[in-house]
Amino acid sequence: MPDDLINYTLHLADTSLVMGHRLSEWTGHGPMLEQDIAISNIALDLIGQSRNFYQYAAKLINNVKKSEGSKSLSFEENLSEATEDSLAYLRDAREFKNLLITEISNGDWAKTILKLFFFSSYQFYFYQKLIFSSDAQLAAIAEKSLKEVTYHLRWSSEWVVRLGDGTEESNRRIKLALEETWPFTGEMFQDVAYEIILTKEQVAVNVSSLKNTWQNKVEKVLQQATLNYPVEETIWMQTGGKTGIHTEHLGYILAEMQFLQRAYPGCEW
Amino acid sequence: MEKIQEDITVNRIWKLMEEVYDPEIPVLSVIDLGIIRDIKNNNEVEIFITPTYSGCPAMDVIAMNIRMCLLQNGFEKIKITQQLSPAWTTDWMTEEGKQKLKAYGIAPPKGKSFDKNYLEDLQIECPLCHSTNTILISQFGSTSCKALYQCKDCLEPFDYFKCH
Repeated sequence: MPDDLINYTLHLADTSLVMGHRLSEWTGHGPMLEQDIAISNIALDLIGQSRNFYQYAAKLINNVKKSEGSKSLSFEENLSEATEDSLAYLRDAREFKNLLITEISNGDWAKTILKLFFFSSYQFYFYQKLIFSSDAQLAAIAEKSLKEVTYHLRWSSEWVVRLGDGTEESNRRIKLALEETWPFTGEMFQDVAYEIILTKEQVAVNVSSLKNTWQNKVEKVLQQATLNYPVEETIWMQTGGKTGIHTEHLGYILAEMQFLQRAYPGCEW
Repeated sequence: MEKIQEDITVNRIWKLMEEVYDPEIPVLSVIDLGIIRDIKNNNEVEIFITPTYSGCPAMDVIAMNIRMCLLQNGFEKIKITQQLSPAWTTDWMTEEGKQKLKAYGIAPPKGKSFDKNYLEDLQIECPLCHSTNTILISQFGSTSCKALYQCKDCLEPFDYFKCH
């Protein structure tokens, strides 16, 4: 149970961090000033959420270490005392448990918007359930995060409609984005081992149960954007992120994000 | 007797907190913002603060400023605890705080949080010319807590402290 809760908390932390980091790549490059600011704000919210999860994970890990109960934590040897920073900057790709949709490349504005929309609608329904977690700290973080995600969902929904129902070019681009990002949406609703165990204890959210609500929301927005909801059965869904099996993109993100702490351990400024 | 002493100290600290300001909106104190949830004084002073937004970079500076303020006033053992639940809401902002915001040129939050309308396009009053003929430019502004509006009468862009 302590290991499952640690893995679950790290999964939530990594997911928010990697998404936040990816979106922050737009800072200074947004299509116009207001949207540059908007996407940077969303990135900031997500990195803030990940800090809350990492701080909690660090506390759990340090508690386990004190009582010497854990065997399966692979990063244990590398870390003396876990901190939010050591968890973000000193773990390797295979130890990251983020959803794959958060690590895929930004592509153009349409692809970034669409994957953010898929992700924000997932987070919106996910946090609405996590609020009722029997784990008080996870519930508190969810309560805080939900308010922010509500704005992310609204903003990204508007953009999906604007691009889909916009010009010929924006429509072409978002259609392409739909093809590229859709195979990464299935993973959000597939429970992995640590989630199944924690769901029984009312700690984790049963993500497979969120699928219908998510689908309704997505269908509605896509329809408004004059886009067709993909016929699911025919599309292969990519999975693995939650258990550390990633696409080739994550290594590049970590190489950039972790460079400073790897090259100059403990560096502060 | 001890209990009374303790209360006096706690009351004094609450008073001191009126002088700790938000670095991003320097007219608002931490009291105006409503982010101090509790103050305890046993062997050490413990201050419970609740973050406005998860990623708000001002929170670290605010925590540091609280510590500095207490150190300057002779307190040595200080603990600052971050409390996430119940989550901060703009409803906790004092009326005085809202007036200060407006005078500073930022439209104060309108309506109550969790009122579904807080996500709808509200009629926001321009803090400069008081016209309500305004338009939302972007839901996200210069800091996490603000949205960007423009006044269609005086044409000035302005920040709106969004409902949360």
